[in-house]
Amino acid sequence: MFMKEEAAVRLADIAVKGRSPWADARARFARNKGAMVGLFVLSLICLFAAFGSHLTEFTYDYVDFGLMGEAAEKGAPSWSSGHYFGTDDGGRDFFARVVQASQISLAAGLIGSAVAVIIGTLYGAISGFVGGRTDQVMMRIVDILLSVPFMFVIILLLVMFGRSIWMLFLGIGMFSWLDMSRIVRGQTLSLKRREFIEAAHATGVSSGRIILRHIVPNLMGVVVVYASLLVPIMIMTESFISFLGLGVQAPLTSWGALLSEGASQMRYGTLWLLLFPLGFFVTTMFCMSFIGDGLRDALDPKDR
Amino acid sequence: MSAPLLQVEDLHVSFDIRREGDMPWTKPLKLHAVNGVSFTLNPGETLGIVGESGCGKSTLARALIQLVPAAGKVVWQDGTNLLGLSPHEMLKYRREVQMVFQDPLASLNPRMTVGQIIAEPLTTHHPGLSKDEVKARVQAMMEKVGLLANQINRYPHEFSGGQCQRIGIARALIVEPKLLICDEPVSALDVSIQAQVINLLMKLQRELGLAMIFIAHDLSVVKHISDRVMVLYLGRAMEIAGSADLYGKPDHPYTQALLSSVPIPDPAAERAKVTIPLDGDLPSPLAPPSGCVFRTRCLRAAPRCAADVPPLLGGNHQVACHFPGPLMAQAVPAA
Repeated sequence: MFMKEEAAVRLADIAVKGRSPWADARARFARNKGAMVGLFVLSLICLFAAFGSHLTEFTYDYVDFGLMGEAAEKGAPSWSSGHYFGTDDGGRDFFARVVQASQISLAAGLIGSAVAVIIGTLYGAISGFVGGRTDQVMMRIVDILLSVPFMFVIILLLVMFGRSIWMLFLGIGMFSWLDMSRIVRGQTLSLKRREFIEAAHATGVSSGRIILRHIVPNLMGVVVVYASLLVPIMIMTESFISFLGLGVQAPLTSWGALLSEGASQMRYGTLWLLLFPLGFFVTTMFCMSFIGDGLRDALDPKDR
Repeated sequence: MSAPLLQVEDLHVSFDIRREGDMPWTKPLKLHAVNGVSFTLNPGETLGIVGESGCGKSTLARALIQLVPAAGKVVWQDGTNLLGLSPHEMLKYRREVQMVFQDPLASLNPRMTVGQIIAEPLTTHHPGLSKDEVKARVQAMMEKVGLLANQINRYPHEFSGGQCQRIGIARALIVEPKLLICDEPVSALDVSIQAQVINLLMKLQRELGLAMIFIAHDLSVVKHISDRVMVLYLGRAMEIAGSADLYGKPDHPYTQALLSSVPIPDPAAERAKVTIPLDGDLPSPLAPPSGCVFRTRCLRAAPRCAADVPPLLGGNHQVACHFPGPLMAQAVPAA
């Protein structure tokens, strides 16, 4: 009897931990098998990119002159030679090259979408929240930038300022946030009229704090979903430019550059030069799409 | 008699309406949502505001705390006109005037915990408070409005409508305002919950000496809570009087029509009641009728009503009508 009362008192004292909308979304995401498998495989690919260089004795720019030009005869993938993925036409270990290419490609995806998330979200939220003439001007700037064929501009940048990986990231980052800012602005416009924003106004919360504390957290669902779908697009863009031969420069490489080389040597019987980067590329695309779908299902407020 | 807490004089709110296909240089139409409303509010008093949908009740409330731009005068106790203050100057008065909103769930940020929501006005107006002190005050406030203090870490979607409205009330009262504006605080709630929330508001009002502006379209709720009542029609005040006075002997034909539409929970009395028909819809606020805005639906309409705008006259019982007077049954056409 006594103990029961005591327990009740103690129970009342403990602050109940609430389930945030984020926790709910996490639980829904964890139930989505496709997304979880995608996440698992993608983590493996990321681990491969991060630590794969420790698995082989060769570095990505080491040239084995004995194998140079004889990839088709002596460079096939084998455990015994230590060239797990074979060697390429220049006599370099292909495993180390793929590891290095993964780093660049994943970085391109992450940097591109990170720029999109940060600039796009803030730009769109400010434009939508301030409204009026500011909104008009900010969105017309986006319209003008969107009407520029961005692949052309990136190629021009690379040609004019030299082909460097940083110039490529800059070019991708310059355009990746445009769509994001439009989506965020639309969401902000509908959020702005909600009563809790009005309540914050009425209390006297400053505009900056309203954007950061009330608007942005409520946008995160859309932003996260869109960003996850943006990563493969960024990887694809980088690969495309590298495929054209304008992206990363040897000895650095990326999936697109490897695919380009592999495709040009298909006829010489060195198919592994195409298949390994292709496998990583396609698997990553699939994983990102599954994760993006899972995130959308988990975060979409409509099915709540 | 001390100075009134709030004195509103000739308040106007108008919106620019642009029709589809208008050129950018065409002059936009003016929609007068609130058109020359004046009233005073004494400390500790409750003013009820009633009217049909679209008559400008909520706009009036929003104008008072400058969520929409307004013209006219809103004079606070210390003689300052709140309209025309810069946002920075207004901050001081935002602490004194707080608002409770209509939709309990929509007025709470779904990504913030209850504790964060209630603490927000406190941290905005008293940035120097320590975290522990904020938490202690939030918990005290939660208990005051009938919430369990241990639910401080929960999120709004875990509460019922009535509880959400209590959170909204706690958020408004935590900075100890002098005036609470309630914009239809109970119309989204069940009847039984309505009673709880209204009794809570009345209890808190007594304890804290609050003045309230209580907006509703439910006439019996307003009667229950208000000291004085203002009847709005198309952005204009039709009648302002003490609650008992207005409900007992309304002088304006619109008030009479409104009151006659309230059902009486007694079948015999309900059948014997004279119901005044209110034909047609509210006229468009874009093109309000000339003279008295109510004349298009009024039984007593006469040529004079189209010519002159009736001023709001009278001492404690103010009426804006050329032919005020008690309702006469024979004047009502048989339905």
